Amino acid sequence: MDPLEIARWQFGITTVYHFMMVPLTLGLGAVVVVLHTMWVRTDDEKWLRMTKFWGKLYLVNFIMGVATGIVQEFQFGMAWSEYSRFVGDVFGAPLAMEGLLAFFVESTFLGLWIFGWRRLPKKLHLATLWLAVIGSWISAFFIIAANSWMQHPVGIEFVDGRPVMNDIWAVLGNNTAWAAYPHTLAGAVAVAGAFLLGISWYQLWRRRADGIDRVAENGHVIVGEAPEIPGRDAADHRVWLRSLRFGAVIAILGFGAVAVTGDIQAKLMYEQQPLKMAAAEAACYSGSDFSILSIGRLGSANCDDVTTIIRVPGLLSFLAKGDFTTVLPGINELVPQYQEQFGTHLPDDPKYGERAGSEIQYVPNLEVTYWGFRIMIGFGAIAALAAAVALWLTRKGTVPRSKGLMRLAVFGILAPFGANAAGWIFTEMGRQPFVVAPNPTGVDGVFMFTAAAVSPGVDGREIVFSLVALGLVYLVLMIVEVMLLARYVRAGVAGVMPERFASHDDEPTDPDAGGGAERDDVLAFAY
Amino acid sequence: MEPLPIVWFVAVALLWTGYLLLEGFDLGVGMHMLVGARSESDRRVMLNAIGPVWDGNEVWLLTAGAATFAAFPLWYASLFSALYIPLVLVLLGLILRAVSIEYRGKIVSRVWTRFWDWSIGLGSAVAAFGIGAGLALTTTGLPIDANGDRVGGPFVWLTPVAVLGGLALVGFCLVHGATFLALKTDGPVRERMRRLVPRLAPVALLPIAGWAILVEVQGGNVFSWILLGLAVVAGVVGWIFARAGREGRAFTGFAVFGALGAGSIFAAVFPVVLPSTIDAAYDLTIWNAASGPYTLGVMTVVTGVALPVVLAYQAWTYWVFRKRIGPAHLPAAHDVTPAIRQAGAAR
Repeated sequence: MDPLEIARWQFGITTVYHFMMVPLTLGLGAVVVVLHTMWVRTDDEKWLRMTKFWGKLYLVNFIMGVATGIVQEFQFGMAWSEYSRFVGDVFGAPLAMEGLLAFFVESTFLGLWIFGWRRLPKKLHLATLWLAVIGSWISAFFIIAANSWMQHPVGIEFVDGRPVMNDIWAVLGNNTAWAAYPHTLAGAVAVAGAFLLGISWYQLWRRRADGIDRVAENGHVIVGEAPEIPGRDAADHRVWLRSLRFGAVIAILGFGAVAVTGDIQAKLMYEQQPLKMAAAEAACYSGSDFSILSIGRLGSANCDDVTTIIRVPGLLSFLAKGDFTTVLPGINELVPQYQEQFGTHLPDDPKYGERAGSEIQYVPNLEVTYWGFRIMIGFGAIAALAAAVALWLTRKGTVPRSKGLMRLAVFGILAPFGANAAGWIFTEMGRQPFVVAPNPTGVDGVFMFTAAAVSPGVDGREIVFSLVALGLVYLVLMIVEVMLLARYVRAGVAGVMPERFASHDDEPTDPDAGGGAERDDVLAFAY
Repeated sequence: MEPLPIVWFVAVALLWTGYLLLEGFDLGVGMHMLVGARSESDRRVMLNAIGPVWDGNEVWLLTAGAATFAAFPLWYASLFSALYIPLVLVLLGLILRAVSIEYRGKIVSRVWTRFWDWSIGLGSAVAAFGIGAGLALTTTGLPIDANGDRVGGPFVWLTPVAVLGGLALVGFCLVHGATFLALKTDGPVRERMRRLVPRLAPVALLPIAGWAILVEVQGGNVFSWILLGLAVVAGVVGWIFARAGREGRAFTGFAVFGALGAGSIFAAVFPVVLPSTIDAAYDLTIWNAASGPYTLGVMTVVTGVALPVVLAYQAWTYWVFRKRIGPAHLPAAHDVTPAIRQAGAAR
C-alpha cells in the first residue's frame, strides 16, 4: 500500500471534516455574542431565549471542532514527518502561537461562559463569551497564517537545505494570509446565516402548521399562542422571526464579503500560483476565455482532454488583472516554465520512495480544481440568493405555508458548507504536486514536493488503520451530532430552557435574574 | 553553548508537566466515573467537578505538542511518526472523551448515558496510557536511524518500558483524580474518594517511581536525584495528609510529587530528547533537534508574555468554581423537552 496516497486521503478527509465544524463555530459564536449582548443591553426576554437556543447548538457543534482539531496538529508529525522536519522552523511557530494566544483563551473562557450563568455578574459573564469568541477568531488567523505559508512561503532564508525563519512579521503579515483570513471568516458568517435561516424557517412554518399563527386578509400575520405546547407563546414568534431575518441578512453580507475577498485572492493567486488558477479555469492555452462549462475526461490532468462548451470573452482577464485585454498564460505555457525551474523528473533520491525519478505532473487534477472552484462560488451564490428571497417572503411577519419551501430552507443550510468544503479542496489540491508551493518572488529552493513529505518510517498499513479507525469514529459522531442538533431544533426554545416552561404558571420565574423559585446554589448549567 | 535551546527544553518540559498535572486529574476523574461511581448522581457530580475546566486543561496538550513542533521540529517529527499506532489510539481516546462529556447529559436514557460513560472512562484510560508510554519512550529511546526515522515495524515501541510508562501515567491520574474529587465534591463521592486515596496511592504511584528510578540509573545527575528525592518526600507528605483527611494538602502533595517527578525525569535525560537504541550517534538532542535562534527567540518572547497571562486567567477559573459540588447542586436531569412532538400528541 502506498503511504503517500493514503496519507493524502487521510489528511483531506480529516481536514474537510474538521472544517465542517469550524465555520459553524466561528460564525455561530459571533451570532451568539451579538444575541447575548443584546440581552444584557435591553433585558428583552426574546434575546435571552435566542442566546440560550443558539448557544446550545453552538456548544453541541463546538465540541466536535475541538475533538477533531487535535488530530490535525498530531498528524503533521505522525504521517508527514519529512514535512515537519523541513518546515518546522517556520510552520510550528504559528501553531504554538495559536495555542498560547488563542486556544487557551477560547477554551478557558468558554468553560466560564457555560458554567457561569448565575455564578458571574451579568456583564462579566457576557465578557467571557466575547473573549471565547474573539479567541476562536484569532485562532483561525494563526491557522490560516500557517496554511498560507505553505501556499506562499515568506519571511525566511535558506540554510543547509531548510527554510529558516528570519522575519515573523513577514510570516504573520503574509498577503496570502490576509486575503484568505477575511475570506474564511466571511464564509463562516455565511454558514451561520444559512443555519439561522433554515432552522428559524422550520420553526415559523411549524407554528403555522400547528395553527398557532394565522395570516389575516391584508397579508399580515396574527401571532397566536398555544399554552398547551411549551414555549409556544408570542415571544416565541419574535424569537424565530428575528433569528430568520438576522440570519438572512448576515448570509447576504457574508456572501458579499466572500465575493470581494475571493476576488482579491484570485488576483493574488494568479501571481503566486499561476498554475492553480489556470487549472481552476481550465485555461489551457494563453489568452483562454472564462469558461462556464468545460468537460474533460474524469480525473485527467491533461489539457488535450478538455473541451470548453460555454465561454465568456474578456472576463477571465478582468477577474485576474482588472482589465479585459490582458493575455493570461495558460497551462500549456506554464508547464514548461515549471519544468525549467523545478525539473521534469523527481530526483533519484530514496526519500521519494517508488516515485524517485518519475516524471512530475505539474498540473493539478483539473476535474477537482475546475469543479471545486465552481461549486464553491455556485453554492455560495445560491445560498445568498435564497437568503434574499427569504427576506422578501418573510416581510409581513411569517413564512409561507408551503412544506416544500420549508424543506428547501432546511436543506439550504448545507449549501454554504458545501461551498466551504469545495473551497478548501480546491486550494489544497490546486497546490499539488507541491506541499510547500514555491514563491515566485521568494527565496530559491524553498519548496517541497508532496511526494517527499510523507513519514519514511511509517508503514502504509498503519495509515490505513488510522484512516479506517478515524473514519468510522468520525462517521458515527457526525450522525450523533446531527441527531442531537435535530432534537434541539425540534424542541425549540423550550428544549434549552426547561425550567421556564416546566409549569404553566402565568408568571414563570426568571432563573437568570437570580430570584424566584430556583434554589440559588443549584447550578444553572450542569452536564 | 547557545542558551535558547536550553530555555526551550525547560519550556517544553514545563508545558508537558503542566499538561500532566492539569489534565491528569481530568483523565483520572474520567476513569473513576467508570469504576469508582455507584450511582448516576455520583457520576454527574464527578463530571461536573471537572466540567468548567477540562477543556482549558486539554489545551495544554495542544500547546505542548505545538511548542515541541516549533522549538524542536526534529524531535516532534521523529517521536510522533515513530509512535504512530499509540498516538492514533490516544487521539481516538481524546476525541471520544471530549464528545462524551458534552453529549452524555443531552438525552435522558440509561443506554445513552452508559454508552458515553464507557466512552469517557475508556477514552481517558487509553489516552493516559498512550501519552505515558510515549513520554517514557522519549526518555529511554526508540530504534531511530540517522534521519530520525523509526526502524522496524509498527510495534517496535511496544516494550516493557512503554508499558511501565503507560501504567505510570494511568496510576498517577487515578490518584490525582481521586484526590481532586475528594477536594472538589461533597457527599458520597467525597467520602469514598477520601477512603480510597490512602489505599490507592502506594500501589498506583509505584510505576511512576519505577520509571523515574530507571531513568535516574540510566543517566541521572546530582540535580535530578535531588528532584527525585524531593518528589518522594512530597508524595509521602501527600499520602500522610490523605490519611489524615486533609484533602487540600493531600492534593497539593501529590501535585508537587507529579511536578518534581516529571522534573527529575526531564533533568536526568537532558540534553537528550530522544535517544536512539541503535546508535548513540543518532540521538536527538536539544542541540541537533532545535529550530534556529531566531524562531526560538520569537517563541521565547511570545511565551514569556502569554504564559503568565494564561496561568492567571486559568487560576481565576478555578477560583470562580472553587465551591465543592454535591448532589444537591445539580439541576434535575432533563431530556430535550420535545415541545413539538407533545403538540402533535395533544392534537
